[in-house]
Amino acid sequence: MKFGLFLGCNIPARLSQYETSTRAILARLGVGLADIKQFNCCGYPIRNLDHKTFVLAAARNLALAEKNNLNLLSLCKCCYGSLKKADHLLKEDASLREEINGILKKEYLEYRGDVEVRHLLSLLYHDVGIGVIKEKIEKPFSGLNIATHYGCHALRPSQIVAFDDPVAPAIFDQLVEVTGAESISWPAKLDCCGAPVWGINDDLSMDLTEKKLKDGKQSGAEYLCAACTYCHIQFDTVQKMILSSRGNNLNLPSVLYPQLLGLSMGMDGKTLGLSMNQLSIDGIEDFFFVPEPEEEEEEMEEAGEA
Amino acid sequence: MFFIISLYVALAVFGLGLLYKISTWFRYRIGLDARELSAAERTSAAIKGISLTLFSGKIFTLLRVFILDVLLQMRVLRQDFLRWLMHICLYVGFMLLLLMHALDKFITSVLFPEYYSTINPFMFLRDLFGFLVIVGIAVALYRRFIMKVPRLRTGGQDYYALIILAVIMISGVLLESTKITSFSRYRDMVEEYTVAADEEELRALETYWVKEFGVVSPTVTAPFEEELLKSGREAHEMTCAQCHSKPQWAFLGYTTTKIISPIALGLDRANIPEILWYIHFLACWLGLAYLPFSKMFHIFASPLSLLANSVMDKESSSPANIATRQIIELDACTHCGSCTVHCSVGVAFESIQNLNILPSEKIVSIKKLASGNHLTEQQLRHVQEGIFLCTNCERCTVVCPVGINLEDMWFSVREALLERGYPEFFMLSPFSYYRGLRRQALVEDGYREPLDRAREAIAAECHLMSPDKLIPLSPADREFKSGLSLSAQASTFSVCFGCQSCTTVCPVVANYDNPEDILGVLPHQIMHACGLGVRDLALGSNMLWDCLTCYQCQEHCPQGVWVTDVLYELKNVAVKQVRQKVS
Repeated sequence: MKFGLFLGCNIPARLSQYETSTRAILARLGVGLADIKQFNCCGYPIRNLDHKTFVLAAARNLALAEKNNLNLLSLCKCCYGSLKKADHLLKEDASLREEINGILKKEYLEYRGDVEVRHLLSLLYHDVGIGVIKEKIEKPFSGLNIATHYGCHALRPSQIVAFDDPVAPAIFDQLVEVTGAESISWPAKLDCCGAPVWGINDDLSMDLTEKKLKDGKQSGAEYLCAACTYCHIQFDTVQKMILSSRGNNLNLPSVLYPQLLGLSMGMDGKTLGLSMNQLSIDGIEDFFFVPEPEEEEEEMEEAGEA
Repeated sequence: MFFIISLYVALAVFGLGLLYKISTWFRYRIGLDARELSAAERTSAAIKGISLTLFSGKIFTLLRVFILDVLLQMRVLRQDFLRWLMHICLYVGFMLLLLMHALDKFITSVLFPEYYSTINPFMFLRDLFGFLVIVGIAVALYRRFIMKVPRLRTGGQDYYALIILAVIMISGVLLESTKITSFSRYRDMVEEYTVAADEEELRALETYWVKEFGVVSPTVTAPFEEELLKSGREAHEMTCAQCHSKPQWAFLGYTTTKIISPIALGLDRANIPEILWYIHFLACWLGLAYLPFSKMFHIFASPLSLLANSVMDKESSSPANIATRQIIELDACTHCGSCTVHCSVGVAFESIQNLNILPSEKIVSIKKLASGNHLTEQQLRHVQEGIFLCTNCERCTVVCPVGINLEDMWFSVREALLERGYPEFFMLSPFSYYRGLRRQALVEDGYREPLDRAREAIAAECHLMSPDKLIPLSPADREFKSGLSLSAQASTFSVCFGCQSCTTVCPVVANYDNPEDILGVLPHQIMHACGLGVRDLALGSNMLWDCLTCYQCQEHCPQGVWVTDVLYELKNVAVKQVRQKVS
């Protein structure tokens, strides 16, 4: 199983721990990754203003993957949604495809539509499988309440992304629970993190983020768990800015899913880049399952008797 | 005489140019932070910064960077072996030629008292170094004109650099080869160095030199008499061999003699070697005099950029020194195109005709801006758009072979351009995310105003911001209505039956007590406005730019209206219309 790793723009510049932790867990799970250096922007930020350029940018990535005979693995849900949407448009609209391919031809590239776009979570759930992951868990968590944040562009538009049930999704919860943590139910689970308007309308963005944090906190979460670049930066860097500018007490740090999974696989915090998160998640290591002392003694006695 | 005078003139221009360029490092400014700082402040900050760095542990960092990145060019090697080979050939070859050949009187003769340009190893080495430079030029030509690297641009300065190098090298090789074949040069040497030789001996020597040294004689031609050659060799060994190695060692020049020998006599009579000599040294003087103003100035600025960036960062370095460094960086740019080739949004240039999208071309524009060249309003807008059309992925900074912190450069120039007041519509997109993350580096008003301005510019075209303006409800703008077809789904607004589900589930609407006051027109109303063909209502609302694109509306629409995609489309149309009107 080999995928072309699509990092997008933000991960190498601002969220390298997402890359390193993902590489670490996927290596452990036997998923091969290929790097295509020529990948460019997924098209997401261009979409507001220039539809054709958005499709072109996404199509070039798809064509590059196709040329290398790889499926695409995205870690960011906005990249995922953008690539999926463009893929859909190109499949539906022959004249658009022709126009885009006319441009790509200059670089000896062609979009044919044979590439599968995967998100990290769907890869883990569908291609690797919960069972395989479970076998690799060495240090399960216990009593750790996690609020899973699904991310809009993974769930919707469901007809196009086909990630999970858009109303009652479950794959992220199952992936969190396989680590031994509890995935709590919280009303704002499927809401937007606020990142899309950060930098455009910061007050609105902060309102939305705050709402989610408050809801997660009230529902008993110790940590948020994200598997998207923008969502995580929003819950991490922007939350830090909210904490200082609005001065409330909503601190609910976000852990990236591969960090959570990696910890439960027994990897050390350095490999997973825990210290690179802006809001400390060191406390999460207090939640490792510790066997009851008596049981241990009993076991030892049993072993001694045997 | 002419040689000396022209050399001094060239040196003087070079020296003054150098001083002038160095003064611009402290005088020119880009970005907002630099505005408050005078040249004197920047000079003293630089002196302070440099001396503090030199007497600290950072000296080891500087040494490491100097060896690895300046001398060995590891940053280029990490990217591309071919380019590394090209540049190493060019600069090693040229530097050695400069030291050993051009400055032979001052360096080589001093180090090696027995130095003669006509004996080995110097004769061979001169051609070897020349060969390196020629290989470098060839690879550069191949990369720029044959490889067809997508979006790699070749500009005037790139042509100049290649041409001046090629002229120096080709004239040098031709000069060497015409001198080898030149009969008059041979005669001059005989007159100067042979003492009291008789006719017979001279004829023997000439025969030997025609046969073995490539001289083309008007009288002596093949076949040669064995006897004559033998005595010629003796005469040669007696008088010439000490100071003249075989010209075969000057392999570039000697190979060329094979091509020119049929016309060598004519060339010699026309005094071509002399002309070539003039071309050769005048090209060198031109290169020298123009160096501070050409891309070749990177010889000085690039190492400085590499060294400065290895010990500076925006947290601990003084703003004065960062302002100075950014101007040095502009001179350090070699327009190699690495940034453009790796740019994450470079592909956008294929459909948006704005050269300034490409980082290497942005630098060209910023150079003009910094030096106070007049840019037209249109050009300034293009630079602004180009700088904003950037995901801030930092790849340009990571790959730049001369270590320019392009990321910071864009950030500085972006804000200075936005302050001019022309609305930047790309601000109303996730391209602004990074600017938001760095908002603490900006003053509050400076941060907000450009955002408001972009929205206002769009609203002003839609007359929605002025409450007293009456919006005509009829006739329907059919052109607008039928024009919503960028993506196949956008026309789905026509099946909207006004149930308001989209508005009900919208988290942005839910965020406000009086959403209509803040957002203008709500999602279901926008769908309805599209259906009615009321352009202003559909395009003018704040709702468009506050939309999260979370797709809740679209997911919940019972009629299958692709609400979010319609909003996307409207954003496209709104900006397109405003742009057309403004320009």
